Amino acid sequence: MELLANLQLGFGVALAGTNILYCFIGVLLGTLIGVLPGIGPVATIAMLLPATFVLPPVSALIMLAGIYYGASYGGSTTAILVNLPGEVSSVVTCLDGHQMAKQGHAGKALGVAALSSFFAGTVSTLLVAAFAPPLAELALKFGPADYFSLMVLGLLAAVVLAHGSLIKAVAMIILGLLVGLIGTDVNSGVARYNFGLPELIDGVGIGPIAMGVFGFGEIIRNLEHGQKREVTTSRVTGLLPNWQDIKQSTWPTIRGTMLGSFLGILPGGGPILGSFSAYTLEKKLAKDPSRFGKGAIEGVAAPESANNAAAQTSFIPLLTLGIPSNPVMALMIGAMIIHGIQPGPQIMTAKPDLFWGMIASMWVGNFLLVVLNLPLIGMWVKLLTLEYRFLYPAILLFCCIGVYSINNAWMDVLLAAGFGFIGYLFGKLDCEAAPLLLGFVLGPMMEENLRRAMLLSRGDPMVFVTRPISATLLVISVILLVIVLMPAIRSKREEAFVEDA
Amino acid sequence: MKHLIKNPRDFWAGIMFLALGALFAGVGVTYKIGTAARMGPGYFPLVLGLLLAGFGLAIALLALRGKNAGPGVEKFHWNATFWVLFPIVVFGIGLKIMGMIFMGLMVVIVSSLASEEFKLRPVIFLAIGLVVFCSIIFVGGLKLPIPLCPDFGVFEQLAACRV
Repeated sequence: MELLANLQLGFGVALAGTNILYCFIGVLLGTLIGVLPGIGPVATIAMLLPATFVLPPVSALIMLAGIYYGASYGGSTTAILVNLPGEVSSVVTCLDGHQMAKQGHAGKALGVAALSSFFAGTVSTLLVAAFAPPLAELALKFGPADYFSLMVLGLLAAVVLAHGSLIKAVAMIILGLLVGLIGTDVNSGVARYNFGLPELIDGVGIGPIAMGVFGFGEIIRNLEHGQKREVTTSRVTGLLPNWQDIKQSTWPTIRGTMLGSFLGILPGGGPILGSFSAYTLEKKLAKDPSRFGKGAIEGVAAPESANNAAAQTSFIPLLTLGIPSNPVMALMIGAMIIHGIQPGPQIMTAKPDLFWGMIASMWVGNFLLVVLNLPLIGMWVKLLTLEYRFLYPAILLFCCIGVYSINNAWMDVLLAAGFGFIGYLFGKLDCEAAPLLLGFVLGPMMEENLRRAMLLSRGDPMVFVTRPISATLLVISVILLVIVLMPAIRSKREEAFVEDA
Repeated sequence: MKHLIKNPRDFWAGIMFLALGALFAGVGVTYKIGTAARMGPGYFPLVLGLLLAGFGLAIALLALRGKNAGPGVEKFHWNATFWVLFPIVVFGIGLKIMGMIFMGLMVVIVSSLASEEFKLRPVIFLAIGLVVFCSIIFVGGLKLPIPLCPDFGVFEQLAACRV
């Protein structure tokens, strides 16, 4: 019953007056910005990061997590009403959600999305609470060599499960690792790759990269393609699904939650893979698959519950191992470091209030989302009718102020502009940017652990295969690679991501 | 040359990785490399740089195979790129001197030029509204240390440094 005591501690923290207020503000701001088309959770969090600086660490992280759920939910709202996914994970929600909206069932689609997300959020919060502690205890036994292998596995898994070309994703990871090494080397004090600029001695921040690649680059891309939007502005009514709808979406929601929770724990899995696979699974199981894509309620319930469950469980590797499984988590690591918290297995024992407070706040955040969104949907619909030509200058200004405020550094603003161009270039060359961000965060950690491991083994690389934990992790990595490179699986993997998208 | 490259997007991505890998490796050798047991600051970046260059080369070569054929690289939309990124750069350089009021108005108005449906009047209203909003929320409410008004004292400080 330790779990209950821990959850009690967590809810004590999360429900404390100011924290629940910040959770509320986070969810509200997150939804507000997430609803705006063409801006995903990564840019939203990067933009709002400075807003949390004045807060104590626990409240700040609770608020950031709230922003994340809010942004994800806002993205689904946009997907259903505008047929324009704010982020990749709501691409599948577009398929059936927007069809439902077109047939006049926008309210029902939004209601089902909210309720199935809430169900998924509740279940996955419990999963996080149950599985995080044993994993953190295991992680405490890890030596430097084990950590290095874990990161190798994490990064490899991230590219295997992500979509797009495998080899390019690996190259993007290596590039990310290298960019992460810019700045002073902790061991020798040598400033690396700063090209004589004193502003780069502390390295490149995660803010400028995230904002540049996922914010500015995205804006240029949107402007180039012009925004073809069909907003379903007709009044949204009948949010509550009827008995028939509930019966239809119960099992898809449960299956979506299970699948999403599992995939969220895997590095690189996260909400995107969760929603795609849940949709595919439902289509396979359906008696009449032809209904999908034409407004099937299961096609909303399953991916929405899966992506929310995955968003939640992706906190497990973050809180227990200090390893991000997707770009949002990479940003959370950045935020933790800014607030003076070193992510890793020691958080649970050293800062139980933060650890359990965050877990409890996940449920609180999900609850607030339902309470907040059902009545406020009218306001979100209004926001959606804003024209992009007025929207993007506002986003740009917020981003500029946000990126400057992270360190009060003008150089960060220039870097963000530079990364904006790089992000745009990556898009042109079909290079997925997410692996870059993961590599960037892990670069310094990987080097540090590699150095320590090799120092301890006196330069003998065999240490990575003689230590049982490390060896196991490397074997899994190799198996993963082999599986993916097998022709049969390869075509399946490509298939999984092209699902009508 | 053109018909040799079956997948231009992959090919140029490969060339990009090759060039960046070579750059990181090339600068990396100027740092102390050290040994495997006692790695210097250059060891890990050199290895990664070479690895990246290798992957880049492989990607570029694979793009020559007909089996991997893919679409060409889309044209760059330089107009939008410029009007979005240019005001950001000016904002970064000018914020400390000109303050957020001027720079904020500048970002909103200049970046609006990137849109094909640019109209001056609504954009000016938008700019004023946003700057007022940001001043109240970020500087007034969150107390972020952002200068609002122009501060030419920065120039005097710079001049004092030179002397």
